[in-house]
Amino acid sequence: MNRAVLLFGLLLAIALPLSLLAGRVWLWPDATPNAAIILAELRLPRALLAVIVGAGLGAAGAAMQGYLRNPLADPGLFGIAPGAALGAVVALWFGYTASAWLLPLFALLGAGGAMALLAAIAGRTGGIALFTLAGLMVASLAGALTALAISMAPNAFAMSEIVLWLNGALTDRSWREVLLAAPLVGLGVLLLWRTGKSLDALTLGEPVARSLGVNTGALLWTLIAGIGLTVGASVAVAGIIGFVGLIVPHLVRPLTDSRPSQLILPSALAGALLVLLADSAVRVLPFVTELRLGIALSLLGAPFFLWLLIRMRRGLE
Amino acid sequence: MTLAAQDLSIGVRLHDVSLALEPGKITAICGPNGAGKSTLLKAFAGLLQAHAGAVNLDDSNLATLHPRERAKRIGYLPQAHEIAWDVPVRSLVELGRMAHGDTRAEPVDAAIAALNIEPLQDRRAQSLSGGETARVLLARVLAGEPAWILADEPLAALDIGHQLALLRHLRAAADQGAGVVLVLHDLAHAMNYADRVIVLSDGRLAADGEPEAALDVSTLQSVWKVDAQWIGADGKRALIAR
Repeated sequence: MNRAVLLFGLLLAIALPLSLLAGRVWLWPDATPNAAIILAELRLPRALLAVIVGAGLGAAGAAMQGYLRNPLADPGLFGIAPGAALGAVVALWFGYTASAWLLPLFALLGAGGAMALLAAIAGRTGGIALFTLAGLMVASLAGALTALAISMAPNAFAMSEIVLWLNGALTDRSWREVLLAAPLVGLGVLLLWRTGKSLDALTLGEPVARSLGVNTGALLWTLIAGIGLTVGASVAVAGIIGFVGLIVPHLVRPLTDSRPSQLILPSALAGALLVLLADSAVRVLPFVTELRLGIALSLLGAPFFLWLLIRMRRGLE
Repeated sequence: MTLAAQDLSIGVRLHDVSLALEPGKITAICGPNGAGKSTLLKAFAGLLQAHAGAVNLDDSNLATLHPRERAKRIGYLPQAHEIAWDVPVRSLVELGRMAHGDTRAEPVDAAIAALNIEPLQDRRAQSLSGGETARVLLARVLAGEPAWILADEPLAALDIGHQLALLRHLRAAADQGAGVVLVLHDLAHAMNYADRVIVLSDGRLAADGEPEAALDVSTLQSVWKVDAQWIGADGKRALIAR
């Protein structure tokens, strides 16, 4: 247990109950009419979903950066999130949204397909370069198919639904999404957490990690499964929420000793905190229609990425 | 305790190499660029798949040995000193214990003491100089208490003071019974510090024996294509062009 786990755990424990009060209508449990129903049916599942999605994306980002030994790696770059998004878009395209289970199911199938493709191409050799290239290709293929689906949407309604959905959000989510995502993300975070020791060994490069007894092939499979579960389930219930996996490990790393194994759990907690705060903020902002969470986090994430690049450049000079 | 290659062939880089390494000695692998030195060392570390033949550790084929069992007995130090994250120095040394599933203080402290890096252990990896990094990474290998220490050009990029210090540390490990195998470019170091020299040329064994014999003038001529001669007394030899 490191201090980053304690810090982010504590902050999350404070932020979670407070976030339940925040919204277009500030909620005072003893004064607001129907407060109990609003809390139980709307705000609590939404807050829990923010925590689950954020935890999955944060842990996936930390594991990804550890595996690729690159602080600029983001789980969104490697095909699984675009694959899940493609699955959801297919469901929207065909209008399979009458049953609330179908869209997340299609998204999970999309994530599973991307995982299988990644594993088939890169899983046997366990090479990092091959994995990265395969991921980028899967991502660009899924992106192209998504764009194709948008351009050939059967009607304007389907098109606007797809575009809206792609900018992830937690609006109008219920306990159903919580129950769907929680076990998948939980299992995914557990798998990623278990790779910690091997990721520490990878700090010294792949040959040394192998000489230390790390089975790099098994490590890659575990990572693909862990990232597929966390990111796939997150996209299935919330759409594309970018940059969390990129930003969070950077916020956490200075509070740890930089070993990848020490980063995964605090990144899960910090990711949960970030998405919870961002979702509370978009609820409170006085816009006519609620700002989409995916857009808000991208608006936050892109400048952060640029700042990171500038800081890295200064470090090199 | 043996580590031996038998009719080992790997791709185009190594052909039909058979030799048995000896514990308690420093063995140097020498040869021109592209001769297959690093390939042979990696094969002895169990990191490459043989296309023909095998590497055997005691009586078992290295390829079928569980990675952790292999890692407990063979320590490998590559030439590149890659350290991806700015982690604490002591945690790097502790990685040597990974296959044992512990971070026992005793072998870690012993390895740190053997390489005189006590003052470094509370620092971060990216604050180390090249010479300090080399010592820390060798300490990582020693912390695993392996029977075999395989190092690929451990002296490259080190000044002469650090080179001699590292060679002293490796000699101490050999004196305690470990089999030390080094890929060396500097033939004078091989001549003066190794107990046995293996010369590779185009992926084949060109010479194998005590340094004086394996690195004689005719081998230098036939393998490296240089006209050179050894000068100086035993253990203090230098190589000069003729």
